[in-house]
Amino acid sequence: MFESLQERLGDVFDKLRRRGALSEEDVSAALREVRVALLEADVALPVVKDFVEGVREKALGQEILRSVTPGQMVVKVVNDHLIETLGSEHSALNLTTTPPTVIMLVGLQGSGKTTSCAKIALRLSGKEKQKVLMASLDVRRPAAQEQLRVLGEQALVKTLNIVPGEKPVAIAKRALQSGALEGYDVVMLDTAGRLAIDEELMAEVAAVRDATKPHETLLVADAMTGQDAVNVASAFKEKVGLTGIMLTRVDGDARGGAALSMRAVTGCPIKLLGSGEKLDALEDFHPDRIASRILGMGDVVSLVEKAAETIEAEDAEKLAKKMQKGKFDLDDLASQLKQMQKMGGLSSLMNMLPGMNKAQMAKMQNAKLDDSMVKRQLAMLSSMTPGERAKPELIKASRKIRIAGGSGTTVQEINKLLKQYQEANRMMKKVKKMGKKGMMRQGLSGLMPPGGGFPQ
Amino acid sequence: MSEAEEKRGGWFSRLKAGLTRSSSKLSDGITGIFTKRKLDDAALEELEDLLITSDLGVTTAARLTANLAKTRFNKDVDPTEVREALADDLAGLLEPVAKPLTIDPARKPHIVLVVGVNGSGKTTTIGKLATNLTRQGYSVLLAAGDTFRAAAIDQLKIWGERTGCEVIAKAPGADSAGLAFEAIETARAQNNDLVLIDTAGRLHNKSDLMAELQKILRVIKKLDPDAPHDVLLVLDATTGQNAISQLGTFKELVAVTGLVVTKLDGSARGGVLLALAEKFELPVHAIGVGEGAEDMRPFKARDFARSLMGLDS
Ligand SMILES: Nc1nc2c(ncn2[C@@H]2O[C@H](COP(=O)(O)OP(=O)(O)OP(=O)(O)O)[C@@H](O)[C@H]2O)c(=O)[nH]1
Ligand SMILES: Nc1nc2c(ncn2[C@@H]2O[C@H](COP(=O)(O)OP(=O)(O)O)[C@@H](O)[C@H]2O)c(=O)[nH]1
Ligand SMILES: [Mg+2]
Ligand SMILES: [Mg+2]
Repeated sequence: MFESLQERLGDVFDKLRRRGALSEEDVSAALREVRVALLEADVALPVVKDFVEGVREKALGQEILRSVTPGQMVVKVVNDHLIETLGSEHSALNLTTTPPTVIMLVGLQGSGKTTSCAKIALRLSGKEKQKVLMASLDVRRPAAQEQLRVLGEQALVKTLNIVPGEKPVAIAKRALQSGALEGYDVVMLDTAGRLAIDEELMAEVAAVRDATKPHETLLVADAMTGQDAVNVASAFKEKVGLTGIMLTRVDGDARGGAALSMRAVTGCPIKLLGSGEKLDALEDFHPDRIASRILGMGDVVSLVEKAAETIEAEDAEKLAKKMQKGKFDLDDLASQLKQMQKMGGLSSLMNMLPGMNKAQMAKMQNAKLDDSMVKRQLAMLSSMTPGERAKPELIKASRKIRIAGGSGTTVQEINKLLKQYQEANRMMKKVKKMGKKGMMRQGLSGLMPPGGGFPQ
Repeated sequence: MSEAEEKRGGWFSRLKAGLTRSSSKLSDGITGIFTKRKLDDAALEELEDLLITSDLGVTTAARLTANLAKTRFNKDVDPTEVREALADDLAGLLEPVAKPLTIDPARKPHIVLVVGVNGSGKTTTIGKLATNLTRQGYSVLLAAGDTFRAAAIDQLKIWGERTGCEVIAKAPGADSAGLAFEAIETARAQNNDLVLIDTAGRLHNKSDLMAELQKILRVIKKLDPDAPHDVLLVLDATTGQNAISQLGTFKELVAVTGLVVTKLDGSARGGVLLALAEKFELPVHAIGVGEGAEDMRPFKARDFARSLMGLDS
């Protein structure tokens, strides 16, 4: 269903393998694909139209660098423009005012406000050592106030006591009073979900705003939101006023075009991302990651840039072909390890791939997948005969002893390397089976063997 | 203001001006598009845009407009006629999936498992279904299978009070498969007509959570190999193209038998349903049009199609 922009443009530009400046027709053909890619990623149509015009202006007449194809060039222009539009700067929560800082969360029903409220409170009270009070103004959804109370217990954050029958504005005022009297640094207001077209409820939240003058009003929106994102965001901006956006459920597989839609219509920064149901699943927003996700290609752009600097194109192509066939021998492992070294080590590479989460990264660090290990492995590989590298199954006990001796390592380490090779081989087969689209969907984590990743 | 900021401000104000233009253009609707016009390429493109903004997806929108062009291209068309024609096409595509939920009380109990991503409206839908079914005279038992989310059990219990249905619940964190098992046994002992099982919201790409749902399914089948008799996927109408991936995975892993589309009282039109109907051909049983117990309606293909085209039903 979702093709990456790279693939789409590949088809367009296969037909014109010319060099030089991008012509108007080149650009128009490419932009048709860009339009479809953005729409498939749920970017709202009016935003797509303006975005495409922005890219056209930038792309027209651009010199194509010798080392890249016109397709890659357009991808780069699109990507840069996307990052610029999403907001290049990181924008933190505004806590600089005299306490208590009031943070209000608003949004549609079920978008993740209550969970996000507790996540933010947990972060502020922990890392930033703020004294936080949370209050639920949701008197509509059954047990909504209880939900926030339970989350407060989990996060060790105080919640305002619940008074049955109290109205939202009254609750909010009481929260502010407690906040001031009891010396809280931050008061968080979780509101009921509401439809942007529900005049009455929009007026209610505006009344809460007037009574509490929040320093931050965050629109909490689901990353799966479709075209309606523009209507929702502009209505909340107009009727309530927004200072930022929090995008939830980025742990799903939605392309997240809503991020672009909402940022574009409101001009408000995307401040935070929700990446799971647990309270520590809160992340800062990085425009480059969301950009590559919308375009559906991991961090292909920087990968291409880096690769272009270091890898000989033919080598890369050879490897890609082998990967496609699901064939992969120890020579390939050796050349991969060498390329990895050139590209700044494993961790910098992993950082660029989609689907790696913090736990997996930590695991890799624990497994000491560092560059000194890579060096030792290369030594082992060069102590093997070409025959052995091409046919690893030849490497039995006596050969292992010889190789260990030759490389100044141990048989145990040789075994480990061979296991890693088998694992890699299995991954290559999986890549082949999953096809490009599967890779897109599951990211690198789809390739990880259960329980961790790389062989320990 | 730095130069970069100034540039960005300029870009946004331009964009905003553009948006105001395009959205008012769109809200003028097809009437504006077709008044005193031939159905030419430009008109078709605008029509396609209108479908896209209802979440039909680029591919489906393009195909539908192309169909329309086949019969009417370059003819003078009046706006209502075009809208009606397209609404008819859409209704035709949706008609086969518009099927109400059918309960077989002879099963004693008829078992309904309710699944979906987080926050889509599962628990509320159960509350609405319970309202509806008890009114029809069925005795309904609710199972608080969401033992994960904070206060999810309390939420369903309140729905139990509202509808007068008994709720089987355990402590937070309890095994939801075990709870489903217990609920069905209770229903058998009490001679209930139906069991509605709530589950925790989960994203379809989380394999551990999907495996947990499969376990619930296995445990239910131990009691009755034909159960659950319905596996309802609750889908939020605000969802964009990701709905396709959602339904695809849920259907594959837990054999979804039908859909309920919620939050159609909002500004989202739920157009992705067309792609779903074509691709999966699963029944759409009902729609949610509000947060209250009464806010559920049968899914009517014609009404839904007409609302997508901005026509009164
Ligand atoms: N406007 C509107 N709101 C709805 C509708 N259906 C559900 N909601 C609201 O959406 C929110 C989430 O609904 P729930 O029923 O709790 O959703 P859920 O799928 O059980 O959520 P989790 O269990 O948290 O995954 C609540 O605020 C509901 O009142 C609907 O048809 N229209
Ligand atoms: N996977 C995932 N689920 C989330 C995230 N944020 C919230 N949720 C879940 O979405 C559902 C609705 O969240 P809730 O905070 O109650 O939404 P509210 O109705 O806007 O207050 C709950 O099941 C949450 O656990 C997120 O970032 N990722
Ligand atoms: Mg809430
Ligand atoms: Mg629920």
